Amino acid sequence: MSETEKTPSSSAAKSAALLPEPVFTEGPWVLLPHRAWPTEMWASPWKLPRYRRGAMMLAGLLLLGTGAALLIGEIAPWADMLHARLMLAMATFGLPPPAVMCVWGALQIALLIGIFILAPVVIVWWERKISAHIQSRFGPMRTGGFHGWLQTAADGLKLLLKENITPQHADSWVHRLAPAVALVPALVAFAPVSFGQELSAADIDIGTLYIFAMTGVSVLGIMMAGWASANKYSLLGGLRSAAQLVSYELPRTFAVVPVLMFAGSLNLSQIVAAQQGYWGEGYGFALLPRWFIFYPVVGQLSFIIFLIASIAETNRTPFDIPEAESELVSGFHTEYSGIKFSLFFMAEYGAMLLSCLLMASFFLGGGSAPLPFLRFIPSWAWFLSKAVVLVFCFLWFRWTFPRMRVDRLMDFCWKFLLPWSFANIAFAGLYLLL
Amino acid sequence: MNTAPAPSRSELKTDQLFVNLGPQHPSTHGVLRVGLTIEGEIIVKAEPDIGYLHRGIEKLCETRSYGQCIVLSDRLDYCSAMTNNLAFCLAAEKLLGVHAPQRADALRVAMCELQRIASHLILLGTYGIDIGAFTPFLYAFREREMVMDLFEMVSGARLTYNYIRIGGVRADVDAQWVARTREFLEYFKPRLDEYDTLLSYNPIFIDRTRGVGVISAEKAADYGLSGPNLRASGPAYDARRAEPHCGYEKYPFDVITAESGDCWDRYHCRVREMRQSVRILEAVLDGLPGGEILAKVPKIVKPAPGESYAHVEGARGDLGVYLVSDGGPNPFRAHVRAPSFLNLSILQEIFLGQRMADAIAILGSLDIVLGEVDR
Repeated sequence: MSETEKTPSSSAAKSAALLPEPVFTEGPWVLLPHRAWPTEMWASPWKLPRYRRGAMMLAGLLLLGTGAALLIGEIAPWADMLHARLMLAMATFGLPPPAVMCVWGALQIALLIGIFILAPVVIVWWERKISAHIQSRFGPMRTGGFHGWLQTAADGLKLLLKENITPQHADSWVHRLAPAVALVPALVAFAPVSFGQELSAADIDIGTLYIFAMTGVSVLGIMMAGWASANKYSLLGGLRSAAQLVSYELPRTFAVVPVLMFAGSLNLSQIVAAQQGYWGEGYGFALLPRWFIFYPVVGQLSFIIFLIASIAETNRTPFDIPEAESELVSGFHTEYSGIKFSLFFMAEYGAMLLSCLLMASFFLGGGSAPLPFLRFIPSWAWFLSKAVVLVFCFLWFRWTFPRMRVDRLMDFCWKFLLPWSFANIAFAGLYLLL
Repeated sequence: MNTAPAPSRSELKTDQLFVNLGPQHPSTHGVLRVGLTIEGEIIVKAEPDIGYLHRGIEKLCETRSYGQCIVLSDRLDYCSAMTNNLAFCLAAEKLLGVHAPQRADALRVAMCELQRIASHLILLGTYGIDIGAFTPFLYAFREREMVMDLFEMVSGARLTYNYIRIGGVRADVDAQWVARTREFLEYFKPRLDEYDTLLSYNPIFIDRTRGVGVISAEKAADYGLSGPNLRASGPAYDARRAEPHCGYEKYPFDVITAESGDCWDRYHCRVREMRQSVRILEAVLDGLPGGEILAKVPKIVKPAPGESYAHVEGARGDLGVYLVSDGGPNPFRAHVRAPSFLNLSILQEIFLGQRMADAIAILGSLDIVLGEVDR
């Protein structure tokens, strides 16, 4: 070592000797073998055997899921059994019935929070896979072995362990509080959702109103985040999102009014119950289920309005103005990192899942089977599969459409969606009169 | 920080806000900084601030031999290095009074058109991202990779090729390269329709770009715009037609123009230009002449004292190189007429009165490369 340092010329000669000889290749010019062009695959991927295998695997998974659902059956009897056992066990310890109620409620809440935390993990992974396949990529492939299924869990862990930065000039309390204010309402709004027959954490009569009230509070968190970050881009994003969310709340709520008129109740279980049965059952055949989406004109109109407004409410492309990356860097959560950022993320995906669950229960008949002979599959499986299809639509839109401009967005809401939702209520009134 | 004038209380006016667009911003395409003064969402003042990528290339040319300057020209507009090489070599050839052989000319045309496709694909992808559509980016870069592969086959490099030499080109192509290029073209033609269905005619995309950032033909001429930015406003000026170089007069192609000069036209001019490039490429490959690829050029290039100017139609506009020789082995002075620089100059005028979101759309549609602006 010291010798080479003493004689720089010899070390230079040595390192020169280590360098590879420059290769001046002269033709024939070939494409490097690892850069082959799979043009066939890009032009028509569905012709590949790999895609067919993937489709078969998906079908197998579906069958497995159906089998599992059949094995479990309706969840309500199991829950009743568990409740009875719990009552019995606690009565033997001499605890009063209110204590049982508390424990039972805590169990339900724990289950809901579990769903709320786990669902984004699954949906984000799924979104990454779907966006990857839309864009002719693979997406995560390594983490967890099978198609990177653990990727989002690992990402969540990473976010949890990251440094929690609060900008120096930020309003630190508001900055810290904002993610919670955004997340909690989205979580709380899950309570009255009816996941199947007699499967809701809180079967309250004003369920619909409650959900819309709670999701409305989320805006506050986003505004707080925008204001407290001490960043102009965040502020712009927060203000835009406040305007957008407050505006789209209206058509979204009014789109549900016809459903409420038909069902005659705000209770989600009763709205689902009103959609049981099939058109043409009286004549001995089942043409279409009595879902609200199949009510001529009114149903489709309110479904589309609700879908569009839901996409806008959850800040997804083509309405992701608040976090418009190309303009506002990333909008209201520019200055957020670590766990606080992941809370916003979870709130967004939770809100998306909630809108899909709501659409499934308002318009797609909740847990009711599309045709009578399919009624053997339990209701919660139907409900979840409908929600999953809707989530897929959300993801599909996101990776296909460009973003709308902020003033066009407002025009679209106030001049198009809102008048049509009013007209739709009138149609529903006519329908009921006839 | 900019000092905004204090708002008067009598008027219903909001505070002005100064926003830095860049130099580190997802959609400034490099290190451009634009100081925006906005009122709500409306831009009232825009100050482009350039120079973050200044490397003194023109000055460096004075200390390098002519052959070494080609390497520097690669770094000007790193998205279309081939056309930069060509512009520099044409200027040097004019000084020397040599002409490239026919085969070299054909290869130069082929490389420049491939480069135009690659460069326009970058715009197509990044413009989609600017507007909020992420997917076209991946498609565009997938196809661009194939062009990069073709360039790698002839020059060994994927970004800065240094392929075109004074008096010809560096290396010849063989039948396999030609076959590969044909394969690419066959694959690429239907993809152009795909882009149109995915992005160009998407109602939201049209809504975002139609009638936004309109540049009239007069204004475009006043500011010295060129390339697709000029042709989108109406004037059918194309250096390949106006002053054909490298035998462009032999190949069939249309000069693409549009009427309105808005963002959509500027974008779509480029998409249609890619079709014309495919036409030219097919013609070149069909009639590729044989022979030498490099004219007789002395090893040490020492042109007689004098000056020369050569310009080519680059992907971003009219790219010119001005060289002065004092008889020595290095250029006495080199200057580049960079199309991006002139295209950028119109920014502060057309930004006024636009919305913040439109500013991004306009900036993206101008298709600037900061390596060329700052030099």
